[in-house]
Amino acid sequence: MSVADLVLFALRSLLGHRLRTVLSLVGMSIGVGAVILLTSLGEGARRYVTDQFSSIGSNLVIVFPGRNETTGFFPGSIGVPHDLTLEDVEAVLRSVREVARIAPVVVGQETVSYRERRRTVPVMGTTRDLMVVQEFGMAAGSFLPAGDLRRGAPLVVLGSETARELFSGGEQPIGAAVRIGDRRARVIGVIEPRGLQVGVDFDDIAVIPVVTAMQLFNRSSLFRMILQIRSHADLETARRNVRQVLIERHDGEQDFTILTQDAVVDTLGTILGVLTLALVAIAAISLSVAGIGIMNVMLVSVSERTSEIGLLRAIGARRRQILAVFLAEAALLSTAGGVLGVVLGASGALAVVVLYPEFPAQPPWWAVVAAIAVALGFGLLFGTLPARRATTLDPIEALKKA
Amino acid sequence: MIELHDIRRTYVLGDEVVHALDGADETIADGEHVAIMGPSGSGKSTLLNMIGCLDRPTSGSYRLDGREVGQLSDEELTRIRREQIGFVFQFFHLVPRLTAAGNVELPLLFGGAPRGERRRRVAEALAAVGLSPRTEHRPDQLSGGERQRVAIARATVTRPKILLADEPTGNLDSKSGTQILELLDRMNDEGLTLVVVTHDPNVARRADRVVLMVDGRIARRMKGSEVPAIVVA
Repeated sequence: MSVADLVLFALRSLLGHRLRTVLSLVGMSIGVGAVILLTSLGEGARRYVTDQFSSIGSNLVIVFPGRNETTGFFPGSIGVPHDLTLEDVEAVLRSVREVARIAPVVVGQETVSYRERRRTVPVMGTTRDLMVVQEFGMAAGSFLPAGDLRRGAPLVVLGSETARELFSGGEQPIGAAVRIGDRRARVIGVIEPRGLQVGVDFDDIAVIPVVTAMQLFNRSSLFRMILQIRSHADLETARRNVRQVLIERHDGEQDFTILTQDAVVDTLGTILGVLTLALVAIAAISLSVAGIGIMNVMLVSVSERTSEIGLLRAIGARRRQILAVFLAEAALLSTAGGVLGVVLGASGALAVVVLYPEFPAQPPWWAVVAAIAVALGFGLLFGTLPARRATTLDPIEALKKA
Repeated sequence: MIELHDIRRTYVLGDEVVHALDGADETIADGEHVAIMGPSGSGKSTLLNMIGCLDRPTSGSYRLDGREVGQLSDEELTRIRREQIGFVFQFFHLVPRLTAAGNVELPLLFGGAPRGERRRRVAEALAAVGLSPRTEHRPDQLSGGERQRVAIARATVTRPKILLADEPTGNLDSKSGTQILELLDRMNDEGLTLVVVTHDPNVARRADRVVLMVDGRIARRMKGSEVPAIVVA
């Protein structure tokens, strides 16, 4: 019996039992489709968050004062962290050549007013470099001017929402004089709207030169410094060198924390990986249910056809040939069910993307492979086990089972 | 040549040992037409299955053309069934989803005959049983007599030497039954060895020889012509 004859015979028998075939296909494709759709959603969530984080800026290292580890009491160490200062910024810029630029950041809450309108917003003191590091554009005017780190100026850049709220009468913000606390400042730019971004809302903010902010809030320490590294490959070297320089300047103590963006993204990736795993577990359950469905259908199929098996034995079909017929049927059924399920799941994912374009739901390749493999495995296993038993029956006994 | 000597076949049913065949002897020459009669449970179907290599004796000797069947492997028995023996059953045992041609093709399909040859021989076999116009009909579109003719075409499409029929007319009306018997007679005339199990004396009368079985043994032998006819008014 040639393979083509075998497959044709199996195909005819599937078509001959239409209802049973359709039912098992439905069960199978729903199981596989669920796996594909759920993993697509999990993968989409992971990619969504990762994308959000990479949009903060590339090749970033963030340094902030204090350690985020529990420390014990060491004799001789007082435990009060040193400030992170503008001198530190200058020292790092001077001695770590992997660092392209540093945006020092000081943040406080202050009331910004224009004529009778007042609004309390986060006031951020920084330098022009922040614009490059955070990759944002201007809706109007310009960002803080480049120049000496230590030169203050009565200038302010507003977030788009802050500007809209303060200048709701249709006045031009650029060039207008506003008050920040008790200081006067001239508006030189409005930041392009960009929505909430992990932690900082650049739409509702006032940005002023870093020295001015330190005076305003009467602070000597920076909130943090954001370093941009020249090349992604140097990220680790840069991190080490920055640490070295700062430890030297802080009397040999590491009283600050260095975060690389990769580490943050990695952590989030891990969390979302666990989430995806949970989805996979749910999907695996639905796949097993589908598998059990196939098992039942195959079991019924074989017992219904016991007399056919007896007949085939009586007319001289080998055990192996009969087994091959059932194997071919199970393989055709599970392959079709698997492919149908992948199409179903992928269409579901596509529908999600159409409805929510910013959510990158897409079936991961490993899920497609795993789902089809499991479907095939289940199908073949449960398709042939009952057939194997039936072929060992006495042909005459098998024939009598109508 | 079928040679059976002191064939015994026992089954264990629960605690009970059933002697389906209890020392049967029989020799059937090539081209003979033999009918096996006997009451229910006398072992006539078991004997037929034994001859058809669907069953193996518990003890005794069955030689088919000189080969001892009891010593053959399952694979070899399968091969003998495929090449030398055709079966016709009381309940036809057609595969419902396949057409007449599809059913007749089965032994050739599993025997590995190429497509062209299969088609030609299926057409011949169906023509021989007078079913050429109905080759593409499924069993549920055929009458009982036609179904049994499909079964006979399936049993003979491999050109076996021996045709074994278990109550071939048991499920048919008398007119279709007579047609089936005439068909079998004609095939026997062409050299096919024919062994028929039957309850019906009118079927047995057509045989050269009749063996009467009782309790797993052959109780009596007679000529077919010696069987009294039963005339149904």
